[in-house]
Amino acid sequence: MLNRRDMFKLFGVTTAAACMPRLAFAAAETDARFVLVVLRGAVDGLALAAPYADPDYERVRGELAIPRPGKAGGLLALDGLFGLHPSLAGLYERYRKNEALVVHATASPYRERSHFDGQDILENGAASVGALRDGWLNRALAPIAGDTELAIALAQNTPLVLRGDQSVTSWAPSRLPDADDSTIARLQRLYADDEFFAKRLEQALNSQQIAGGMGSMADTRPRGNEAQQFGELMRSAARFLTAPDGPRIGVLELGGWDTHANQGNTSGALANRFEALDNGIAYLREGLGTTWDDTVVAVVTEFGRTVHVNGTRGTDHGTATAAVLVGGAVNGGRVISDWPGLARKNLLAGRDLMPTTDVRSVFKAVLQEHLELPAGFVERTVFPDSSSAPALEYLVTV
Amino acid sequence: MSMKKAVIAANRFGLGARPGDLERAARNPEAWLLDQLSGPSRLPAEIRALPDSASVLVEVRDVRRNQRQMKKDGDDPAPDIVEKYGRVMRRHYLDQTAARYRTAARSDTPFHERLVHFWSNHFAVSADKQPMPAIAGLYENEAIRPNVSGKFADLLLAVEKHPAMIVYLDNQRSIGPNSTLGKRANRRRKDQQFGLNENLAREILELHTLGVDGGYTQQDVTTFAQVITGWSIGGANDRGRFADGDPGRFEFRDIIHEPGARTVLGRKYAQSGVGQGEAVLRDLAVHPSTARFLCSKLARHFVSDEPPAILIDTLTESYLRSGGDLAAVYETLLGDDEAWSTTRAKYKTPHDFVISTLRAFDHVPERPQFIVGALDLMGQTPYRPGSPAGWPDTAQQWGGADALYKRIEWSNTVARVVGSRVNPVQLGDAVLGSSFNPKTRKAVSRAESLTQGITLFLASPDFQRR
Repeated sequence: MLNRRDMFKLFGVTTAAACMPRLAFAAAETDARFVLVVLRGAVDGLALAAPYADPDYERVRGELAIPRPGKAGGLLALDGLFGLHPSLAGLYERYRKNEALVVHATASPYRERSHFDGQDILENGAASVGALRDGWLNRALAPIAGDTELAIALAQNTPLVLRGDQSVTSWAPSRLPDADDSTIARLQRLYADDEFFAKRLEQALNSQQIAGGMGSMADTRPRGNEAQQFGELMRSAARFLTAPDGPRIGVLELGGWDTHANQGNTSGALANRFEALDNGIAYLREGLGTTWDDTVVAVVTEFGRTVHVNGTRGTDHGTATAAVLVGGAVNGGRVISDWPGLARKNLLAGRDLMPTTDVRSVFKAVLQEHLELPAGFVERTVFPDSSSAPALEYLVTV
Repeated sequence: MSMKKAVIAANRFGLGARPGDLERAARNPEAWLLDQLSGPSRLPAEIRALPDSASVLVEVRDVRRNQRQMKKDGDDPAPDIVEKYGRVMRRHYLDQTAARYRTAARSDTPFHERLVHFWSNHFAVSADKQPMPAIAGLYENEAIRPNVSGKFADLLLAVEKHPAMIVYLDNQRSIGPNSTLGKRANRRRKDQQFGLNENLAREILELHTLGVDGGYTQQDVTTFAQVITGWSIGGANDRGRFADGDPGRFEFRDIIHEPGARTVLGRKYAQSGVGQGEAVLRDLAVHPSTARFLCSKLARHFVSDEPPAILIDTLTESYLRSGGDLAAVYETLLGDDEAWSTTRAKYKTPHDFVISTLRAFDHVPERPQFIVGALDLMGQTPYRPGSPAGWPDTAQQWGGADALYKRIEWSNTVARVVGSRVNPVQLGDAVLGSSFNPKTRKAVSRAESLTQGITLFLASPDFQRR
């Protein structure tokens, strides 16, 4: 059977959403779910997936080097070159089931070292800082938007990647009693003249309705530290993404990756963060049930960290890092990398892992193969100025 | 007209009107604000009662050292010691947070207080890194509060030399590879090299002074990091290293300072010791990029999310002409018509919303948990922005649907607490005066209960914007 992607190829579709009959993209038509997890603070890609067989790995990493696969506390072998961090055992299991892949030596087009600008570019999808003021995932919604919000930020405030013209919603747990219906109805009237407030209240009420179906009040209270809360948010994300008229796309964030000092190797601060991420992915999968088979989760960060260890047993802001795709719809079980190597002559500016894959190539592939958006639209509208970053292929099972 | 201006003075430039504020401001709104610039004649009692950061740092260090010692002796630290650390941190955090919000709730110099919060956020430290919860408020009172209306250079130096900033951005760990200690240590231990940590240097350039587009390079960052090696804290750390200096206070440690002349932003600094870093900071303070960056932030904070370019130009000019005199910049801002435009352009942050609510009710909460809980819920936990960039300052970032719903829920909770004791229409008149939108006023007056009326007023666009 001809799928939509083939159809676009056949018709040589190059125009944006405007020409597409909206019906063809009605939310109900696609079962695809997409979850974007933004790790803020710059994740050390050489710890996430360590190139243990690179001849320079142990030398450059010194005390931060993680033992080889098979040794105590050692890496989980992905292939003959890379091993996953031992705290990512759940993710490793998915990898073994061909449901996860790692893209290595990847970076956004950003080449400076500011977290905030780096995150800006990761999220706005532009080729330079400040070039676009809305997020790429918001722009991507145009052809598939329906009457209800298709995307949700599992956060009180919407991160840049989801901000823009398309209406999206957000939700985070609360521990206050709800305002009663009469008060809400009066507020709706009071807000009627003020679009900023009116729109947000309406979105919030829709989310409340879905969250309300989640069970007792206690279920929606935030608990524990940030890592535990991330796990709970991933559980909630699963509920939203499986609700009959709920959103199909979710965005979450997790901070704490800026490991300038005492980053640790097999155990330590960074290992604990990986564990939180790993648990979160497991909760999401558990909550999605069979919907997991239609799901792609992308885990990305703004940039990587220095190849060498700094003076305080940590790493400083770098460039290339690793990204992860996981989910039942991922064509996984492999590491995608044009590995630049860790020898000094191969490093960017003598200090950073050289980027060889533009992270937009990963995003584009997900949008085209998984959300089935037309390539021309993705190229022109979602990621303008990205011709140097062609979409990767076959990242998603068809 | 001056009533309209009084409303703006109290709500946009102050922290929200308390009953009576509008009358006080109405006589001469501009003068009412400018007279506040030197702060209150006497520091509020809660702030005076706080310990100084040096003594808290020593206290925290000693608890940690105790833990470490027990570990060394082969025991896991006893649970009561671990618990003690948490308890000590929490007590200091709550005391300082209480002092901040209680002061804000009843301040007679709310413009000055807003400036303290503004600069504290510009020079943010965050309580998600230890031991910041125990000293973030002290840092605000010691480094920021006395300097918000003077020369920016003095504020900058006070901040970068404060132990909180040094520890927050790791500078006490940064060691010049060619310093006395660096050379010695690196000769002895091949496996673990000591070296630079660029964190503080980078954030000074990117966030505190020039701004990310301010025209510096990676080389400038590295060189500047070398310049400020040795900017550290006195007294032994929790591992017992570095005994000299006044415990918990700024200490320049020549033994880890990278020696030699350095060139930063094309200018050569031949000084030795602490004077080299001070000279760089003084030049950064009056750099045109710094002027523009700071003035843009001020305009965004006080006027609108997208301030007019001409206003930023005017402020920048005033900044440079006065050699970075902040009082002169504030005066220029208050002299500009843009500052007094009648549209409520700024969507309050949760911090603004909570403080202005307290002030509207003229209420000073007994328990700091009430404040921390509310702000945590609305996504702005006190002293915990999560990064050295501080909290964002535009509606884009605070305007999530869920975030608005949380404000409504909290308004409802507050309304239940104060309930039948306050008339919401009178409340609105006292806070918003003539700018209380008739439609909102009507909706509030027709509420089915005083409690509901208060919820509607607090959640109304009128009160949610300043």
